[in-house]
Amino acid sequence: MFWKAVVLMGFIFPFLWMISTSLQTFEETMTFPPTWVPSSPQWSNFVEAMSSGPFLTYFKNSVIVTTSIIVLQLAVMIPAAYAFAQYRFFGNKILFGMVLLAFMIPGQVTFIPVYLMLADAGMIKSLWPQILPFMSNAFGIFLLRQYFMQIPQEIIESARLDNASEFKIIWKIMIPMSMPAISTVALFSFVSHWNDYFWPLVMTDSEAVRPLTMGIAMLRETEGISNWHIIMAGNVVLVVPILIVYLFASRQIVKAFVYSGIK
Amino acid sequence: MNKTRVWQKVRPYALVLPAMIGILLFVVYPILYLIKLSMFKYNLLNKDKSKFIGADNYTEIFSRGDFYNALTTTVLYTVGVVAVTMVLSLVIALWLNQNTRFNAIVQAGIFTPHIISIVSIALVWMWLMEPNYGLLNFALKAIGLPALPWLQSSSTSLLSVIIVSVWQNVGYYSLLIVAALKNIPQTIYEAAALDNASKFKVFYKITLPMISPQLFFILVIMTIGSFKVFDTVKIMTGGGPNGSTTTLVYYIYEFRTNSIGYASATGVVLMAIITVLTFIYFRLLSKKVHYQ
Repeated sequence: MFWKAVVLMGFIFPFLWMISTSLQTFEETMTFPPTWVPSSPQWSNFVEAMSSGPFLTYFKNSVIVTTSIIVLQLAVMIPAAYAFAQYRFFGNKILFGMVLLAFMIPGQVTFIPVYLMLADAGMIKSLWPQILPFMSNAFGIFLLRQYFMQIPQEIIESARLDNASEFKIIWKIMIPMSMPAISTVALFSFVSHWNDYFWPLVMTDSEAVRPLTMGIAMLRETEGISNWHIIMAGNVVLVVPILIVYLFASRQIVKAFVYSGIK
Repeated sequence: MNKTRVWQKVRPYALVLPAMIGILLFVVYPILYLIKLSMFKYNLLNKDKSKFIGADNYTEIFSRGDFYNALTTTVLYTVGVVAVTMVLSLVIALWLNQNTRFNAIVQAGIFTPHIISIVSIALVWMWLMEPNYGLLNFALKAIGLPALPWLQSSSTSLLSVIIVSVWQNVGYYSLLIVAALKNIPQTIYEAAALDNASKFKVFYKITLPMISPQLFFILVIMTIGSFKVFDTVKIMTGGGPNGSTTTLVYYIYEFRTNSIGYASATGVVLMAIITVLTFIYFRLLSKKVHYQ
């Protein structure tokens, strides 16, 4: 029990230290030995961090990009997963092979051509380059297809006998019955795109379209390398939303990540 | 053929169409485009001045010391992260395998870093590794050890980045292993207990072979994941000091604006490495893995 608590602390402590630093004065961060608990919490650090750049814009961009990706992915993924699960059609293996290819090839390999393409299309000053490339979530299609295949065929057949359209079958049977899988994929998307740093870094060249992660990462440049109390205040703003979501949906989130690893 | 029959033929294609458009536009086409770019001396300002130079970019890659430096750094990083994470997550998984409340809390806790943005993780660790006022050096001094330069020196920078990556991911991989451990039928252990098998023997002869497919899978995804490392490097060290943390993706990133052709060729090399790695793993190792 003791050693387990020690290990747990090893993973939780850096976050506690981040919060403590975010409330310290500059002098307190520069004392040795360190100040563990700030003498009087400096809430102004947060104001200073947030006023050092257009953080409202960054935040808004993060929200728009993340929600758009989730909505777009669901709209694209559900019909595709249904088709792969329900029909055998000419070329289905090749098309599904392409889904697996999309799963394997990372953005770190293809970001240069994708950037050039989107720049040619005149999209670089907009949020589209952060949204569109993620419209086909290969992992999501894969997971949902597995899930759809487990839904008893009798239910679908009897709906067809009742003359239900395929659209109605997807809407009234497949989606409600696959809610666990759908919410898993959505949650996974939320966490990974809210946290993403690489893609916005290579796809944006103006402040107006940058997300929160980039804004916080740039705090080090605007605040210099020694204003750790301000940098940590910004960092708290970035971490807390995810921690709150994790607190309420930890089981779901863990399941989402374990799924994505095992499949 | 009447209208309904036609629709029935077309329907599956209509349903997969949006997904396929996404994959064609953002995966398949970019791969082909990347290969094409890699054979050009590309002029970003005036595309008509771009020149086809065949394999010259590739010849350049393999004759440049900084490429081999980036490759070596990536390999060292990968070997370090994979080996340490693998061992630690296996140990932690075995340790936290019992279903108790406290174990569940510890698991949730060590998993937390995995869902936090790399930006936050990198910044927190930079603060912990700060040479003069950072907590890590304070702790080292407190137990009578010399302070380390962490990210500031080329002899410790890569190690520092490895520590952060292991810290961020070990909780996730131990969860995957716990999931695998839970799938082992209890009856096998009961039989072993009847035979009075030692703990070590049970682990070596039962547990390890039973979870080897998952361990093998984790090995593959971790290796490929490590080959793509970029974010920690970009934020924490900027590839330095002296190129000591310049990994392959960071190397490509640095050339992305000035030498698109050269950066693309390096991208093709990275893609080839990832493909070959996947292939080797599945070919060689899968034979040694026990499947149920």
